[in-house]
Amino acid sequence: MVSDYRIQGETGEWEVVVGLEVHAQVVSNAKLFSGASTTFGAEPNTQVSLVDAAMPGMLPVPNRECIRQAVRTGMALGAQINKWSRFDRKNYFYADLPQGYQISQLYHPLVGEGALEVLVDEKDDASAKTIGIERIHVEQDAGKLMHDQHATMSYVDLNRCGVALMEIVSRPDMRSPAEAGAYLRKLRSILRYVGSCDGNMEEGSMRADVNVSVRKPGDEFGTRTETKNVNSVRFVMAVVEHEAKRQVEVLESGGQIVQETRLYDPDKNVTRSLRSKEDAHDYRYFPDPDLLPLDLDDAFLEQCRATLPELPGAKRKRYEGLGITPYNASVLTAEVETARWFDSLLDAGAEPKQAANWVVAELFGALNRRGESIEASPVSPQQAAELLGLVADGTISGTIAKQVFEIMLETGQGAGVIVEERGLKQTSDTGAIDSEVDKVLAANADKVAEYKSGKPQLFGFFVGQVMKAMAGKANPKLVNERLRAKLD
Amino acid sequence: MTELTAKTIAELRDGFRAREFTAREIAESFNAAVAAAKTLNAYTVETPDDALAAAEAADSGKSTGSLAGIPLGIKDLFATKGVDTTAGSRILKGFRPPYESTVSANLRKAGAGMLGKLNMDEFAMGSSNETSAYGPVISPWRRKGSNVGLTPGGSSGGSAAAVAADIAPGATGTDTGGSIRQPAAFAGICGIKPTYGRCSRWGIVSFASSLDQAGPMAKTVRDCAILLEAMCGFDPKDSTSLDVPVPQWEANLSSNLSGKRVGIPREYRIDGVPGEINALWDQGIEWLKDAGATPVEISLPHTKYALPTYYIIAPAEASSNLARYDGVRYGLRVEGVKSLDDMYSATRAEGFGAEVKRRIMIGTYVLSAGFYDAYFTKAQKVRALIKEDFRKAFEQCDVILTPTAPSAAFGIGETTDPLAMYLNDVFAVPASLAGLPAMSVPGGLDGQGLPLGLHLIGNELDEQTVLNAGLAIEERAGFTARPEKWW
Repeated sequence: MVSDYRIQGETGEWEVVVGLEVHAQVVSNAKLFSGASTTFGAEPNTQVSLVDAAMPGMLPVPNRECIRQAVRTGMALGAQINKWSRFDRKNYFYADLPQGYQISQLYHPLVGEGALEVLVDEKDDASAKTIGIERIHVEQDAGKLMHDQHATMSYVDLNRCGVALMEIVSRPDMRSPAEAGAYLRKLRSILRYVGSCDGNMEEGSMRADVNVSVRKPGDEFGTRTETKNVNSVRFVMAVVEHEAKRQVEVLESGGQIVQETRLYDPDKNVTRSLRSKEDAHDYRYFPDPDLLPLDLDDAFLEQCRATLPELPGAKRKRYEGLGITPYNASVLTAEVETARWFDSLLDAGAEPKQAANWVVAELFGALNRRGESIEASPVSPQQAAELLGLVADGTISGTIAKQVFEIMLETGQGAGVIVEERGLKQTSDTGAIDSEVDKVLAANADKVAEYKSGKPQLFGFFVGQVMKAMAGKANPKLVNERLRAKLD
Repeated sequence: MTELTAKTIAELRDGFRAREFTAREIAESFNAAVAAAKTLNAYTVETPDDALAAAEAADSGKSTGSLAGIPLGIKDLFATKGVDTTAGSRILKGFRPPYESTVSANLRKAGAGMLGKLNMDEFAMGSSNETSAYGPVISPWRRKGSNVGLTPGGSSGGSAAAVAADIAPGATGTDTGGSIRQPAAFAGICGIKPTYGRCSRWGIVSFASSLDQAGPMAKTVRDCAILLEAMCGFDPKDSTSLDVPVPQWEANLSSNLSGKRVGIPREYRIDGVPGEINALWDQGIEWLKDAGATPVEISLPHTKYALPTYYIIAPAEASSNLARYDGVRYGLRVEGVKSLDDMYSATRAEGFGAEVKRRIMIGTYVLSAGFYDAYFTKAQKVRALIKEDFRKAFEQCDVILTPTAPSAAFGIGETTDPLAMYLNDVFAVPASLAGLPAMSVPGGLDGQGLPLGLHLIGNELDEQTVLNAGLAIEERAGFTARPEKWW
């Protein structure tokens, strides 16, 4: 789909061009080149090996698990996997970088070109757009400076130093804040499906460098700025919107965009310049002589491929094939936890279409109300399947099911037990139903007359009265049948 | 009985096993000799208790390894747990690593004790030991009738001087572009650099990662074989370590070279090399012929580019490897500065010596945007051509013979031009760039009474042929000259 997002300037319409470099922390127990732990939130400098602290004579050894995760991620994005890749050193001095260089991959990345198909509007299949992935490379994270520990000195915490990151570089294929947001959400979803990154943007395990430029539609690309370390989908969208506006203002007032690094201030909702190209470091990249090139064999690649889960696109298609509506299928597959929960529900025997409706309407509603995530749902997929089974086989009505579900949420009891103990079974006893129907019609002779004189919409009223009188336990189909028999 | 300190490692080992003397006697003799040789400035740290403890373990039968009862000197580039490890630099003054290098740990596992840490050129950058922040090592050798202080060569100058002066029966060295072989030649001892990857680099302060390789320095070829067997071995902590078995080099020593072809590279006949050195080279060819080998003339056409290539690649890697000495976590930190950048500048200005700074600047320059391809990329290509030269040469021969260095030892302060200093390694550097095993063995004395070395280069992983050819030369050269004790 071609984006119609435009910035209205004084000289006409402008188009924004966006590319994202997403840094995703790789899920692994140990760091990229050392055995130190990667657990978040530990006391400062408790997860630092001799290698991380760059002690003299220490050498990096690649952690195969980190490489495996990056390869699986590449495969999930349909990207070229480079069997031969190499690590390079990016040299610069900073106190959070003990080696004085970051081990990264400039010249020969692990993963080459791929693509990601996103829905800019989740409810609209026509809003699909393909965003190119240029490359994914693997690199070390830096440590963290702490400026609030001492009056005149900064402290350094090296816990994060050496943790593996994937840098996922998109093509400049996005044309609106919404597209950038959709891309980041979809990418995050896929990483979480694959299990290669937890996607936790608040804890910094996923952050984006946002490259933005503007141009008159159809023109060549303009000069871009890069806003670093943006840590939420909302902020990325805000950066695109504000940076595009700022650039249009600069250009329309006769200025020029300088290629520079900017920072986003979420409090003021502005970006500001960090350093310009003139102050940019010369990183003096060169192949790391402490490391051999990575040479992946077919068995390793096969093992990576074999452990890939069903990805959201395929899952969605499968759900639709089960009769689930496209909207429900899209909602159920957006987050890996929802999809896992729903798959368990299907595995427990629930009928797909009914189950999908119930999850999207009933379960989500209840979880929202209670402020709980689906992983923490008090009702398990197996319990839910039992409940849905009772509705499907006519043991309880949909109305009673809602009551039973509420009780399940409160007590944790199973649906069958609740229905049994509280006598909530649906009745198909035509004698009892007939008797209540007669009572309702007798008590509402005026409404019966109105109905017969041409107000068929009153039929629902009679159904409601009968159901109410029978505490919701009457089989609604029979109630309908008996009422029609008596009234028509 | 010969003094214990004059014995070879093989003699000490065999005598100890035969109970002719105890390990304690060995350790005490060397400890005393070390304490009495401070004038040479070969040791930066003395660790007599360490040597005694290892001797005690040997005498009590607790350690029974190949080096039980043998005390060694350890070059200060090797991290030694709890013992100062400075790499000859002020920036690491007082640094005591909480870890032990794999190579020194391997030697300890074999039963060796440590006499102390050996002085060296700062970060192994130098050919004369004059760049050490702890003062130059003075060679035990002197020119006939002169008392001018001579350099022991470098960077493993402390190691060479210690073995030559009988204050260590053997020592570890490291060789990036000749740092074992040139000082071995200057000091009249043997030294071998094995194939790149044979010795783990873990725990050795890095100079140039793609070239650095540890090796032994000792009085004889046999001693080198004994030490090398103990030092080598695959180490999963070093990604460039070779996962190959360690051969029994000592057991397979043989000076019978029948059927072996000795390559004589024509490009190593260079202008300005003293006639005595070329004469010794010719003599070496005769010795190897006598041992049964056939000399063949070979060509290593890219030899003349080796030194410039080396002086691009080694400084480039060093400029990055030495970035970690920033004053933040260990070693020297200059206080009283205004900013982080000021702290870096002040610390590194004060912590590094002139030669180290020169190489950091050269390395930074050749990696810079705009110069990278012209220098670094080009140098990598030439390096590949040099490797290819050797590959082709070893289709025609089994080992290559050349002089080790273009001169004998020179006086301290005599060579002030860095480029002239770099020329010391002209014969040593090509084998380093190719990662090949290479050894220096003493061949004779020059007219001034100073030792000259012969240089053997072997094919990848073929240390045995290098050692065997070295043994053949050793047996025929009959090199028994010792420096006259003046210290």
